[in-house]
Amino acid sequence: MIAEALIVSALLFAIGVIGVLTRRNAIILFMCVELMLNAVNLSFVALAKLHGVAGHVFVIMVMTIAAAEAAVGLAIVISVFRHFGSVDLSALRLLRDG
Amino acid sequence: MNGFYDFQFYLFSLMAVVSALLFVTRRNPVPAALWLVNVMFALSGLYVMLDAPFVGVIQVLVYAGAIMVVFVFVVMLLNLGRAEISDLRGLAARLGAGIVGLALVANLLVLLRSRPPRAESAPAIDNVVTDVAASLFTDYLVAFELTSVVLLVAVVGAVLLAKKRVTS
Amino acid sequence: MTMLTLLQAAGAAEHPLAGTVAEWAWLLPLLPLLGAVVNGLLSLLPRLSEPGLTGDVDARESAAAAAHTRQQTLVSIVATGVMLSAFGLAVAIFASMQGVRLDAPFVRTYAQWIPAGNLQIDWGLQIDQLSMLMTLVVTGIGTLIHVFSIGYMKSDPGFARYFAYLNLFVACMLTLVLGSSYPVLFVGWEGVGLCSYLLIGFWFSERANVEAGKKAFVVNRIGDFGFLVAMFLMFSTFQRLDFSGVHAAVTSGGSTPVVLAIALFLFLGCVGKSAQLPLYVWLPDAMAGPTPVSALIHAATMVTAGVYLVARSAPIFAHAPSASLLVTLVGAVTALFAATIALRQWDIKKVLAYSTVSQLGYMFMAVGSGAYTAGVFHLVTHAFFKALLFLGAGSVIHAMHAAYHHTHRDDDAQDLRNMGGLRRYMPATAAAMALATLAIAGVPPFAGFFSKDEILSAVFARAMGSPLASASLFGMPGATILYAVYACGLVTALLTAVYMTRMMMLAFGGRNRTGDAEQGALHEAPLVMTAPVLALAVLTVVGGWLNLPALIPIGPIGVLEHWLEPVTGASAARLAGATHVPHATEQLLVGIAVATAVLGIAFALLRYRGDQPDKAHAPVDTGVAGLLTRAYSVDAGVDAVIVRPINALAGSVFARGVEPGVDRTMSGGGTLLAWTASVFGSRFQDGDVGKYAWLIAAGALVVIAALSLS
Repeated sequence: MIAEALIVSALLFAIGVIGVLTRRNAIILFMCVELMLNAVNLSFVALAKLHGVAGHVFVIMVMTIAAAEAAVGLAIVISVFRHFGSVDLSALRLLRDG
Repeated sequence: MNGFYDFQFYLFSLMAVVSALLFVTRRNPVPAALWLVNVMFALSGLYVMLDAPFVGVIQVLVYAGAIMVVFVFVVMLLNLGRAEISDLRGLAARLGAGIVGLALVANLLVLLRSRPPRAESAPAIDNVVTDVAASLFTDYLVAFELTSVVLLVAVVGAVLLAKKRVTS
Repeated sequence: MTMLTLLQAAGAAEHPLAGTVAEWAWLLPLLPLLGAVVNGLLSLLPRLSEPGLTGDVDARESAAAAAHTRQQTLVSIVATGVMLSAFGLAVAIFASMQGVRLDAPFVRTYAQWIPAGNLQIDWGLQIDQLSMLMTLVVTGIGTLIHVFSIGYMKSDPGFARYFAYLNLFVACMLTLVLGSSYPVLFVGWEGVGLCSYLLIGFWFSERANVEAGKKAFVVNRIGDFGFLVAMFLMFSTFQRLDFSGVHAAVTSGGSTPVVLAIALFLFLGCVGKSAQLPLYVWLPDAMAGPTPVSALIHAATMVTAGVYLVARSAPIFAHAPSASLLVTLVGAVTALFAATIALRQWDIKKVLAYSTVSQLGYMFMAVGSGAYTAGVFHLVTHAFFKALLFLGAGSVIHAMHAAYHHTHRDDDAQDLRNMGGLRRYMPATAAAMALATLAIAGVPPFAGFFSKDEILSAVFARAMGSPLASASLFGMPGATILYAVYACGLVTALLTAVYMTRMMMLAFGGRNRTGDAEQGALHEAPLVMTAPVLALAVLTVVGGWLNLPALIPIGPIGVLEHWLEPVTGASAARLAGATHVPHATEQLLVGIAVATAVLGIAFALLRYRGDQPDKAHAPVDTGVAGLLTRAYSVDAGVDAVIVRPINALAGSVFARGVEPGVDRTMSGGGTLLAWTASVFGSRFQDGDVGKYAWLIAAGALVVIAALSLS
């Protein structure tokens, strides 16, 4: 079952990457990142069957950090929305030339 | 009962992947969030099937129950969602949803009748929670403490960042 | 001497000079080098030395004068001190060589220079009769000229720099004459060329001086090319470059075309360094340097390096009789050519310069015909009287400068037409220079007579019958060439007497033409300048005793001949054979030589008596006289035929090829680089975060692919 789990993990990760590259909505972008994290978690849990319980511990860590990251990231999104009036990434042009 | 185990595994896997695809293609952030929640539920099931019940429970509690809630909060706060009631429309969608739901109920009934099947190749793991806890609080104690610091920082940071500036 | 690696030359362990003062020979070039370094540093001290201004010798303000004097005193002591020490050491080594039978040279190598497979070149010095003779000449006359320079350059701001260069020159010259192999000689060769350039252009704020220095260096270079090719041939044929090795190989190998080629290329080097036809053009221009420099470098030492080279390479030239014939022929033609030009020169230094070229021709006449002793003898005597003549001219110019400065008049202090009657104001100098004139003309019993007569007699003797006479050059039999050479030598002797007497009469005889106001300021040179002149005068008188011929038994016969016999005897015999000139013929030759000298002097006295040439109203010389005054317009010819076309070619190549090509590549390349960088920068770093995400994904893909495929 480990192999199948890893394949699922890979698929989910790929879908997450496509989402990050494609979507313009900042919040949905964030959620795609969460999807990638979940895929990785699945990998860890699958391989924990071979390598011991450290995999589970790692998953716990990942989840914790994902929570922290989501909190801070969304706070930034709120800030940005207040400043620019939109969460559309193409509206955030300050770094671009001119 | 290996076949049943495989069937269940593939069912949850299919749910996860299809939900992920649907999540990525939604325009409206609210249904997108909900599809992601579905992904997480499916993954939770997979975790349990991979002898990680603790992680599975944590997944539901933390990821689906807290993080995704925060996402939906923010969407609501910023008024980004459109006022559509349902996402998937039409007969095909309703039929698909119904089949999936029935399959899941059937699963449940079978499980209630017998012991949870396991993959024969994998050894049995008892007391996963004990092992995880032992590992977490001895080998990885430093990491654990650091994550608590990170959470503190995140809380303070989030509050500060999202605070509305009071203009006098 | 633990810091030096001692490599014993074969047989040097039993050399009679081993363990004597000769072991300290390495000090000989090192002492002047040390002097050069110290003086160079002293010249850099601020406020005590300024860059060389024009030849104007105006005195400085007294505020800086005191410090200036202190520096000058220090420099004088250092410079003369090292010279005296070197001379003393040379005398000591010379003394230790007396009464010792020296068949082989005393060679000491001190360090490896180029160890490259077959090629083993070491820093080594060779003490033998020839090198010690040259060393004595260089250090002795060098010391006298240093003393003279203290007075001559007294008011020059570049005093310290001058002595630094002068010491450096002596160091290089000593390396040249003491080197034990051709490469070490060449180091000295190049070094003296460098110092010549530095000293000719000493007053570098005048464009003409700089040009003269460049000319000297460039023309020398042509000769150096020949020297280098000769060394290449030597190495490729014999795998040796040290004197002992090469000469032994040549002697055992015999006359071959390669030896002929080596001799010819060596001679090319001599033609450049010793100002023979056609590479003599730099020497008259070299008079732009200070007069003591002309005395030391362009009369006594550097220009004689070519003669030394031929004498040192005697075995090579002895085995290449055609080359020897060429040497003697070129020497003769040069001697005659230069003498004709000297007849019509108005600058006192130019007269002496062309005279030097002519006398060098004599030396090559000698060494070319295998009379190595005669050539070296003339080298020594010529060093005496030519140095004297130049130093005397320096005293004259010094006085003329002082006179013009006194009246603030701006005129040429070196032009003979501005002089006249100076014997009344500078009697000692006049007397000394008169002695030297007699010597150079070849009047007995002065030094020049013996050396010049010996050359002519030797050439005639070989013309009568010798292996050299049997050889041929370009199809002409050697005997014919040698007779022609003798004839040239005789005519040149006549002309020498004429132009030297003319010079003396114009400068010292008759009435003074400098001007009534200036006359009051004309005076004899100070003692520091006159003393070396007088010392040289003594040497000019007695120098002939160095090699008295058997014909005139007034003292020890052939001292120099015996002295140099181990070095050049075999080679001389090879070319001269065993021909014996009948006694009567010898006496006749001597008589002819003396008669020629006297005739020339008498002619000049009559011709130029009462001649008061006026510079201001001088008519432009036409015809033959004009040709001579303009030195056959050789410089103009070379300029038109060689220099201008090359400059034009270089200019056009630069303008059409180099400039657009290089500029386009360099600046274009830079522009292209900047443009590329800017494109990459502006397209990939434009603040579009989505693009960044794509790039990250792409990069990660590449890395994963690489990792998984490796």
